[in-house]
Amino acid sequence: MTRCFHCNEPLQGSTLTARVDDRARPVCCHGCLAVAELIADTGLSDYYRLRDAPGAKPEPAATGADPWAALTRPEISAQFTRRTGELDSATFVVDGMRCAACGWLIDRTLKRIPGVAEATTNGATGRTRVSWRCAESSLGDVARAIAQLGYGPHPLSDAGALELQQAERRDALKRLLVAGFGMMQVMMFAVATYSADLAGEIMDAPLLEFFRIVSLLVATPVVFYSAEPILAGALRNLQTRTIGMDLPVAVALLLAYGASLWNTFRGSGADVYFDSVTMFIFFVILGRFVQMTVRHRTTGVTDALARQLPACAHRVNGDDVRDVPLAALERGDVVLVRPGEVLPADGELLDSQASIDESLLTGESAAVRKRAGDRLAAGALNVGNAIRLTVTAVSGNTTLSHIASLLQGAQTQRPRLSKAADLAAARFLKLVLIGAGLTCASWLVADPSRAFTATLAVLVVACPCAFAIAMPAAVSAATAQLARSGLLLSRIDALETLARIDRVVFDKTGTLTHGDVALGRCATLGRHSEYECLKIAAALEVASEHPLARAFARFGNNMRAEQVRTVAGAGVEGTVDGKVYRIGTRDFVAMLRGVPAPSVATEFSGTVVTLGDADGELALFELRDVPRLSARFAVAGLSELGIATEILSGDDRTAVATLAAHCAIDQFVYRQSPAQKVAHVQSLQAAGHCVAMVGDGINDAPVLAAADVSIAMGRGAALAHASADMVLIGDDLACLPAAIRLARRTLRIARQNLVWSAVYNFGALPLAAFGLIPPWVAAIGMSLSSVAVVLSAARLLPRAETRDVGEQSPQAVLS
Amino acid sequence: MSILFVLIPLSLGLVAVAGWAFFWAVGNGQFDDLGSAAWDCLRDDD
Repeated sequence: MTRCFHCNEPLQGSTLTARVDDRARPVCCHGCLAVAELIADTGLSDYYRLRDAPGAKPEPAATGADPWAALTRPEISAQFTRRTGELDSATFVVDGMRCAACGWLIDRTLKRIPGVAEATTNGATGRTRVSWRCAESSLGDVARAIAQLGYGPHPLSDAGALELQQAERRDALKRLLVAGFGMMQVMMFAVATYSADLAGEIMDAPLLEFFRIVSLLVATPVVFYSAEPILAGALRNLQTRTIGMDLPVAVALLLAYGASLWNTFRGSGADVYFDSVTMFIFFVILGRFVQMTVRHRTTGVTDALARQLPACAHRVNGDDVRDVPLAALERGDVVLVRPGEVLPADGELLDSQASIDESLLTGESAAVRKRAGDRLAAGALNVGNAIRLTVTAVSGNTTLSHIASLLQGAQTQRPRLSKAADLAAARFLKLVLIGAGLTCASWLVADPSRAFTATLAVLVVACPCAFAIAMPAAVSAATAQLARSGLLLSRIDALETLARIDRVVFDKTGTLTHGDVALGRCATLGRHSEYECLKIAAALEVASEHPLARAFARFGNNMRAEQVRTVAGAGVEGTVDGKVYRIGTRDFVAMLRGVPAPSVATEFSGTVVTLGDADGELALFELRDVPRLSARFAVAGLSELGIATEILSGDDRTAVATLAAHCAIDQFVYRQSPAQKVAHVQSLQAAGHCVAMVGDGINDAPVLAAADVSIAMGRGAALAHASADMVLIGDDLACLPAAIRLARRTLRIARQNLVWSAVYNFGALPLAAFGLIPPWVAAIGMSLSSVAVVLSAARLLPRAETRDVGEQSPQAVLS
Repeated sequence: MSILFVLIPLSLGLVAVAGWAFFWAVGNGQFDDLGSAAWDCLRDDD
C-alpha cells in the first residue's frame, strides 16, 4: 500500500504529488503537500533521509484569518518574550516533534527567517528557544514558520520551571561526578592497601600514612559536597521527627567518616573506611539521579496535558466565527466552545444551559449542569452542546494557575507498588536503627573493640537503597521504552494494571478505523432532493465533534441550524428554516415522529446515518471509513498474548460486523449508547476481567474512565485525552501488544528486584550484627545490590534497532 | 617507591583539572541534550 511520503499515512485515494529531490512523491493531503514542498524548496530535504519517525501531519488550515496574526502584536507577544537589548527571545513547546531530525528541521527553517539570530531545539524535551532582532521579526512570524512545517508551536509564558529543572539536573550531575571521581581515587589507594594485606606484605608506614591523608583529602569534598543533600535531608528528618531514608545513611556516613578521620590523625595504624564512604555516597546519589530523571520525564507528560488547553479560541463577532490565538482573547469577547472542547478562558454562560466537566479543576469527573449567567472556568471541558460564553478573565489570571498546581501534583505521584515499597522501607529503617543500637550495646558487653565496626556494618549493609530504587528504576526504563514506541504514559499506575489486562475493548470509528469518514452513497426517500438533504445534514452537524459529523463538513453552506441538541450515542436534533430535523440512528430519528422505525431494506454495508423530520425519514447516508492497517496486527498480537479483543460501538450491526471480520475480532457489541458502553465494561469487570479500553471520540470519555486502563488515540478529542491513562501518540495500534508485553516484563523485573533486595537486606543484617562482615565488604555489598537493581532494570531500556522509516539514526538516543 | 610521593599529588592535580573541566562543561549546557548533537554536523550555515 502506498503511503504518504511526509506523514506515512495511507493515501486514501489522493493523487497529489510533491516534488522532493526531483522525484514525484505521493502525499495524502494539501497540508502534507505544502509541508513537503516547503521543506524541499528550502533545500532541507535531508530531513527525509535523517528522520526516524514519520512527519507530523499538519492540521487542516483554519478557515479565514491567519491565526498567528495576533502574536505579531507587541502587546500580546510581550507576555511570552523576554527582551535583552534589541533581541527578543521566547521558548516554545512544540507539538508533533517525534525525533531529533524534527529538531534539526525546525532549527534550520527558523534560521532562514530574516532577523532570527539563534534557534536551538532540544529534541529530548521538545522545546525550541528562539531569539530574533525585534525590529525585523516577531513572535508571530516564528510561530507561523513552525506551524507551516506541520508542528504545533505553543509559546511558553513561564520558562522558569524549565530552567529550575535544568539547574537541578546540572547540580546533580556535578555532585555525581565529584562522588564518582572521588570513589575511583580512594579505591585506588584502598585496593593497593588491601592487596598488600592479602599478599602478606607490609607496606612502609610513611606510605600508608600518606595514602590515608590523600584519601582523607579526596573523601572530604565527597562527604560535604556530593552527600550534602543527604546530610541536609537527615537534618530535616531530625527537625520533623520522621524517619526517612536519609537518616540512617547520614548516620552511617558521619560515623564512618568521623572514625576514619580520628584514626588518620591518631596514627595508630587502625582501619580507615574512606573507600566505603565514597562508594556508598556514589551509589546512593546515583540512585537518586535515576529517580530525578524519571521525575523530569513525567514533566514532559504533564506538558502534554497542558497542551490540551486550546491554542486558539473561536471568537464570535455577530455571525462571524473566527479562530484567534488564546492570547488574543480579551475581556468581554464572546467565544464559541464546541462539544468536546476545552474552555479557553473563564467566562459567563450565554446559552440557557450547558454540561461542563470540571474534572481537571475539581477532580470530580461527573459533568456539572450550568445555567445562563453561571461562571465557567478555563480548562473545564464542554461535554454537552456547543455553547457561547462571555469572557470574564483571560489566560494569565484564570484558573490556569489551579491547573498548573494540579499538574504539579500529578508529577509527584509515584506508582502504588513503589509507595508500598517506600512504606516497607520506612518500617525496615526503624528496625535497622533499633538493630544497630542493640548490636552496639551487645558488642560493648561482649567485646568493646569490635563494637564500632559491627555497628557500622549493620548501618551500611542494611541501607534499603536497592529496595527503594527497585521500582522507580524499572518504571523509568519502561516509560522511556514506551515513549519511544509511541505510547505516552500519563498515569504511572497504569503500567501495573496494563500488565494484568486480559481483555481489550476497542471503539470503532477513529480507533480501529482512521476516522476520516467520507460520504459513500446517499439514498433519498422522495420528499427532498439529495442536495437539500445534504445541506440540512451539514447544517445540523456543523457544531458536532462526532467523527461521523466531519463527513458532512464539505457540504456546509449558509444554512444555519438553531436550538441544536446533541444526544450522545443517538444523534443531533435542530431547527433549520423553522422545521425540526433529526440526524443520527434510525430509532432516534423515528422517535421524532413518535413511531418505531419502519424496516427499510438497503444494500448499504457501511455505517448508515438517517436524516428525518416529524413526517418521517428523508434520506439515508452511507458513510465509509478506512480501517487502520495496524488494527489487524494489533489484534493478532493481542491474541498471541492470550488477550481477548472486542469491539464496542454505537454503530449498526452490519458496519460493526464487517469491521470485526476484517480485523479478525470475534466479539462485537453494536448500537450501544455511552451509558450502555459503560455498563458493558462494568459487567466485564464484574465477571473478573481486567479491561483495557481504546477509544478516541468524545462519547468514549465515560467508558474510558470506567475501564481499568484507558488508552486514547493521539488525534482523538481532548476530552478523551483527559480521562485516559495513556495516549497513543502515533496512532499506531500495533504497539499495543508490545506495550503489554513490556508492562508484564517491567512488573516481573520490578518484583525480582524487590525480592532480591529484600533477601539481601534481611540476609546480610544478622551477619553484620554478629560482626561477620567488615564495613568495607558491607559497602561493596550494599553498592552491588543497588547496581544489580539498576542493571536489571536497564534490560527494559530501548535498544538501538533498525527502523523502517528513513535510514538509521546516527546513534541511538538514550534519553 | 618514593616516586609515589610525587606521582600521587600529580594525579590529584589532574583529577582537579578534569573536575574543573567537567564543571565548566555542565555549566555550559553540554549535558542538557545528548540527542540533538548528532545532527549538528549537518549544519550548513556555520
